[in-house]
Amino acid sequence: MTLAMLPYLLAFLLLVVGLYAVVAKRNVIKIIVGLAILDYAVNLLLVLVGYRPSPSGSPMAPILTGGVAHEPALVAGAVDPLPQALVLTSIVIGLSVTALVVGLAIRLYEKYGTFDTERMRNLRG
Amino acid sequence: MDPVFILMVALFVFMIIGSLIAVETRDLLSSVICLGAVGFGTSVAFLLLGAPDLAITQVVVEILVLVVLVRVVITRRDETAATGRGTLATGSVLLVMGVLVAVVFWMLASSGAGGLQVRPFGDPLMNHEGPASAMAPADQPQLAAGQAAEPQSIGGAYLKHGLLGTAVSHGTGAANYVMGIVLDSRGYDTLGEATVIFTAIIGTYAVLRRIGRQSHAGHVADR
Amino acid sequence: MQGMSLIVKNTTRLVAGFIALFGIYIVLYGHVSPGGGFAGGCILAGALVLIVLAFGEEYSRRVLPHGIAKTSDCLGALAFLLVAIAGYMAGGFFVNFLDRGEACTLFSAGTVPISNLAIGVKVGAGLFSVFLALAMFRRSGERGAGGLLSPRSAAHNGDES
Repeated sequence: MTLAMLPYLLAFLLLVVGLYAVVAKRNVIKIIVGLAILDYAVNLLLVLVGYRPSPSGSPMAPILTGGVAHEPALVAGAVDPLPQALVLTSIVIGLSVTALVVGLAIRLYEKYGTFDTERMRNLRG
Repeated sequence: MDPVFILMVALFVFMIIGSLIAVETRDLLSSVICLGAVGFGTSVAFLLLGAPDLAITQVVVEILVLVVLVRVVITRRDETAATGRGTLATGSVLLVMGVLVAVVFWMLASSGAGGLQVRPFGDPLMNHEGPASAMAPADQPQLAAGQAAEPQSIGGAYLKHGLLGTAVSHGTGAANYVMGIVLDSRGYDTLGEATVIFTAIIGTYAVLRRIGRQSHAGHVADR
Repeated sequence: MQGMSLIVKNTTRLVAGFIALFGIYIVLYGHVSPGGGFAGGCILAGALVLIVLAFGEEYSRRVLPHGIAKTSDCLGALAFLLVAIAGYMAGGFFVNFLDRGEACTLFSAGTVPISNLAIGVKVGAGLFSVFLALAMFRRSGERGAGGLLSPRSAAHNGDES
């Protein structure tokens, strides 16, 4: 395994931590936290795939500044814009999904008086 | 070695530690705050990877998530729900996770040598150019015949022709390539995304509407 | 929800307008600089959420009725769809039918700035209305559990516990 694969593996470890929280935790808030961590890990993995260093060393965002004359330098050195475009929508979707799950958690708390899924099951058969 | 690589590894270690604390701590408020640390680490990582659009969006989204979650946690005390599931259940879940990580490790380690073709970090497929006919539509080989070599990935093609276009296609004209892709080349994706947000909002209203809260009590169910 | 202390309110008065202005700038210049409709819409929603948090929900309801948030959410989605349908008239769904102009200037890229504006309105209003729904539910839940019990909520409360 070359060292260059290390960021992918670390992003996957972050994803696994989120997955563990979703599967193994009893508290609804912990499950929401795990969902958010899953979201961040997947977004990061997608953006990592498109990275490349520019000839000048620092990463170059795919945004043209200073007129069309600079376009060949941008094409030669900028990072991949396609994963960024996909992840941009995914971030906002993650926020609205989090809001939906928080709404569900508030309703559950209102009904059962607890965030614990096991106790909810015991309260109502 | 690329300094971005070292910074990314350091940020990932920070974020994994933060997420472990967020998952395992007993206090819900500190769990939510550790989630905020992970989110801001994500934002810095986007900035390092050359994605300022994503960094801006991630910061603001993270603040909104924190506001919502802290408001939920701070008014609802729940001291009893700190424990996890039983030892056997947690152990089997951890075993499955370990197998998952091992499979991915093996997959990444064997890539390139007959395994799955995963490009190493910092060397995406768009760095490599192939004959233009590979990227041209199958029924129009004559269009590609006269052109020079093209990048082998779609992202590279967007980067090369997205702004000014080619002889057979129009460019978007947007200096921000990401916005050009989101709103012009891939407008269908954005339309679907708007639908998803709309559905989530409607769902939140439906979950939180007041009549539902009263009807399960039995008194006003027939209203 | 009564709002926060005087210091928070005064700071919010100073800052909220600038945050909203920054959000509008991010939306309008999305096609030439980092940002765009998603980021700018989130910033606009953040400014409105700040006002709700600082002044309390009653005040913000007087300034900005809830119907406006929902309506502008729908209008943003509709405007985005109208841009796409106008492109359909000009040749195909989502075709960039306007003049693309010179890159790196404000008036360039055809329909992209218009779509940006629509998406910004949609995202900002949508996220703000979600936050309002969550805040409103908390307030009604608190009143149900607290001292100000109307007869119906008293019966409902007793039944639930």
